[in-house]
Formats: sequence, C-alpha cells, structure tokens
Amino acid sequence: MTGGGGTGAVAVLADGLAAGYGAEPVLRDVSFAVAPGRSVCVLGPNGGGKTTLFRVLIGELRPAAGRARVAGRPAYVAQTERTRLDFPVSARDVALMGALARGRWWLPAGRQERAAADAALERVGLAAEGDVRFGELSGGQRQRALLARALVQDAAVLILDEPLAGVDPASAALIGDVFDELRAAGRTVLVSSHDVESARGFDRVLCLHGRQVAFGPPAEVLDRETLEATYGREMIVLRDGGPARAVTVQHHDHAHGEHEGA
Amino acid sequence: MEPFDWLLEPLRSGIDRRALLEVALVGGFCGALGFWIVTERLTYAAESLSHGLLPGLVLAALAGAPLLLGAAGGAVAAAVLLALAGRDERIGPDTGTAVAVTGLVGLGALLALEPDAPPRLEELLFGDPLGVSDGDLAAAAALLVAGGAALAALHRPLAAVAFDPPGAAAAGLRPALVRIALLVLLASAIAVAVRGLGALLVLAALVAPPVAVRRHVRTPAGAMVGGGALAVAAGLTGIELSFHAGTAAGASVALALCAAAAVGAVGRRSRRSPRPH
Repeated sequence: MTGGGGTGAVAVLADGLAAGYGAEPVLRDVSFAVAPGRSVCVLGPNGGGKTTLFRVLIGELRPAAGRARVAGRPAYVAQTERTRLDFPVSARDVALMGALARGRWWLPAGRQERAAADAALERVGLAAEGDVRFGELSGGQRQRALLARALVQDAAVLILDEPLAGVDPASAALIGDVFDELRAAGRTVLVSSHDVESARGFDRVLCLHGRQVAFGPPAEVLDRETLEATYGREMIVLRDGGPARAVTVQHHDHAHGEHEGA
Repeated sequence: MEPFDWLLEPLRSGIDRRALLEVALVGGFCGALGFWIVTERLTYAAESLSHGLLPGLVLAALAGAPLLLGAAGGAVAAAVLLALAGRDERIGPDTGTAVAVTGLVGLGALLALEPDAPPRLEELLFGDPLGVSDGDLAAAAALLVAGGAALAALHRPLAAVAFDPPGAAAAGLRPALVRIALLVLLASAIAVAVRGLGALLVLAALVAPPVAVRRHVRTPAGAMVGGGALAVAAGLTGIELSFHAGTAAGASVALALCAAAAVGAVGRRSRRSPRPH
C-alpha cells in the first residue's frame, strides 16, 4: 500500500518491486526514486508493466515483492477506455470525485467542493461542458475531465496513464499546458507514454519491459540500445535517407511515435 | 363502478391493503438498489443468492420460525457456499455457482416435499404478498429507512467505484469494501423481499426497475429515484391485477415489473447527440 510520511525528500520510491496478477509477476526488479517536483516519463511496450506499476503506486495492487512508497495520496488519471462510458455522470460529477480524497464521503458535495470542481474544469477548458454526460464527450474532452478530477484531488503526486493516447491536438495542447503548470508548482508527475520523442522533455525516463530496463535523465536513457531492450520487436528503425529514426509500433489507435536513432 | 372506485377497491380489503403496503415498501428500496446491482454486474450473484436461500426458508417454515430469520440464515449460508464454489478455477466461477445453486434449490425442494412438511413450497418459491404479517411489514419499513439511508451515504463512493475503480482507489476509497457493503444491502433486500415475491421471483424487484429506467435518466440519483418509483407503481399494478383478475399476487407483481422493464428497454433513449471526436 502506498503511504504518506517517512519518505523524506523522495516523492515516489520503488525498491526491488515486483507485482502481478497471478503466481508469476508481470513486473519485477523495479528500483527508482523520484524527488519532489520532478517529472518522469514511463516508457514501455503494451504489457511491459506500466499500468501495473501505477496500480501499485496508487495502492490498488499489492507488491508481490519489494516495496513502493508515495508521498501522500497520489491522484490518478486512468486511460479513458478503462472508465465506464455508459455510466450516467457528467463532467462535473467526474471532477467532483477528486474531492473524495478529502474524506467525508458520506456527505453530499459541498459548496467549496463544487467550486473546486468548476475551477478545475475551467483550467482544462471544459467550463462549458460541466453538465455534459462523460460518455458523450470526445476522447480528448474525457481525458481532460479525468485530469480535472486529479486537479480537484490537489495531490502532491500525479500519476497519468497514457493521457495523450487518442487525444486530439487541441486537447493535447491543453493537457500539456496543465502539465507545465503542475511542474512549475512543484508537483511530481509520472506519465506513461509510447511517445519516445516527448520523453525528452521530462526530468527522468523510466523504461520498463517486464522489468526495469533503465532509469535516469533522458540524455542518458534514450539511446538505441536501451530502446531496443525496452521495445524489442515493437521498435522499427527507419533509414530513409536522413538520420536513422526509431518508430515504436503502438496500439489502442495511438499514432506512431518517432525519435532520432542514436 | 367509477374507475377510481375500481382502483381503490383492493384498499377495502385488509389483506390487499397490507399487500399493497408490502410491495410499495420493498419495491421502493429494491428498485433503487437495483441500479447499483445492474451497474456492478451483480445480477447473476443476486439471482444465485435469492435461489440459494431456499433451504433456509424451508427450514424456518418447518420449524415454525419467522421466514425472515430463515431467509437471512439461508442467505448467509448460500453466500458462503457460492463464494467457495466460485473459487474453483478448473471449472470457472459461473459453473461452480450454477452447480451450487441447483444443489441448494434441490435441497430446499427435497425438504419441503417431505410427507410431514406443511404445504408451503409454492409460497416460498413464488411469494405471497397477501399473507404478510405485521412483522413482515415492519421489516420492509426498516429496510426502506435503514437501507435508504445507507444508499444515500454510500452514493458518492458507489458512483466513484462504478465509474473508475483505480481512480476511486487513488482517491482513498477501498473498492472491495464498497462492493461488500453493496452485497450486504443486496442480501438484506433479498431476505426481506423474498416473503412477498418468493425465492424465484424476488429478482424481478431488483433487476426490472433499473432496466426500465436506465435509458431514460442522466444521473445515478435519477436512476435510483426512478427505479424506486417504477417498482412501487409496478408492484401496485400487480396487486390490482391480482385482485381483479384473481391471479397469483406474487407472480402478478413480478409480471408487472418485467412488463415495465420491457417497455422501458425499447422506449426512446434520453441522450444528447455524441460529440465529434
């Protein structure tokens, strides 16, 4: 279980962590520490263990071995396809769910909580869509509503599972702006992604492929050897006259990500 | 006879008055609870639990004990057995549950058909809202008040867990505990409602109302209020039908509930146009 104090200057810590859903862990040998205010991009193929790591960090899944610690209760933004699109809630209702982290779950949402939800929706550009049913929003709008829920939770650590997957450019730009604001405000942000190029903009990169392949600054981690170990057959090196480019084969209707080959 | 008098005619009979009150109290709660049962995909669990408590009902009838006591004991025993049967990964949870439920129904029928047993199997299987006692009505009223209060208090956690369990866990909720609370409410509702609708028909009060209203509401609260109101209306319609047509009361209520579900399921959906991606 994730927990609060005792982590000192470490916002997120994994130490010899292994986790899975049956007898055999799907993720093992994960050890890293993230200082408060840092941003981390988690790279890896589908099934590489990104979501499993996040489920451990938010306390939904117990480690099979090792330990994980998060300073305070993290906010979590799931992949939108993992939410119930047929469930009758509005974008404002979703944002208000972030207020449950403050306790008093047995009481109806108060005026302050509603004001926080409206402010979060405005921050992600959904002020006019507060009453629209979540399942009727576009993919990018849904992702922003989930981000608004995380903002209402007002956590020191935010964990986002492929927040830009299948998102339209306008939503991606808005989400990127919010990331920048959060990092400027000293929040620790962990983001899983298939976009190798965007990983260069983070403070640290964590590469997973059933185990920890690498962790460190992008300049040290994003070399061809590490990426091949991370993506294996899901990475193709293109040689089309210019510099070699690596393309990661992606799923869930993601666009292909490219980066300059080392 | 004026139509209004025709409708109020059952109220002149003390027996039918109690039946109307019973189906209104039980229907009000089960119709509201049913939204969460259907949303959390617990319909098969509800059916298994309601059928599986039959031996408890029969034993209570044989011993002359209150049926509510037998239903509660039977529900607990059935829940434990179903949980154990569902854990056998070699045959899968559905198959294990089906075998256990069939065994429990067979055991209940075997006990009830003993030569010395009082002839009440039909009542236990199909319910008898016309035979409810003061204690049954008190239990139904307590279920509506206490269960309704629990549903109101659990409203936000239930919605958060149903919408996105990992997100709810990150916000500090325990999805497993929220679901256990829901199962406790389900077992309580079945134990009380089985008196009027029987082990085979009680599921109608839980599942038909949310099916009827689900396409026409925009919030969980709307679904609960709408489901509860529809269950009350269908229950009263069933008792009216039973009174005037001379049909079995429990079966009439179940048929009215299922008819409402069929109408609601094919009715026009209340929704806005999907937004562009």
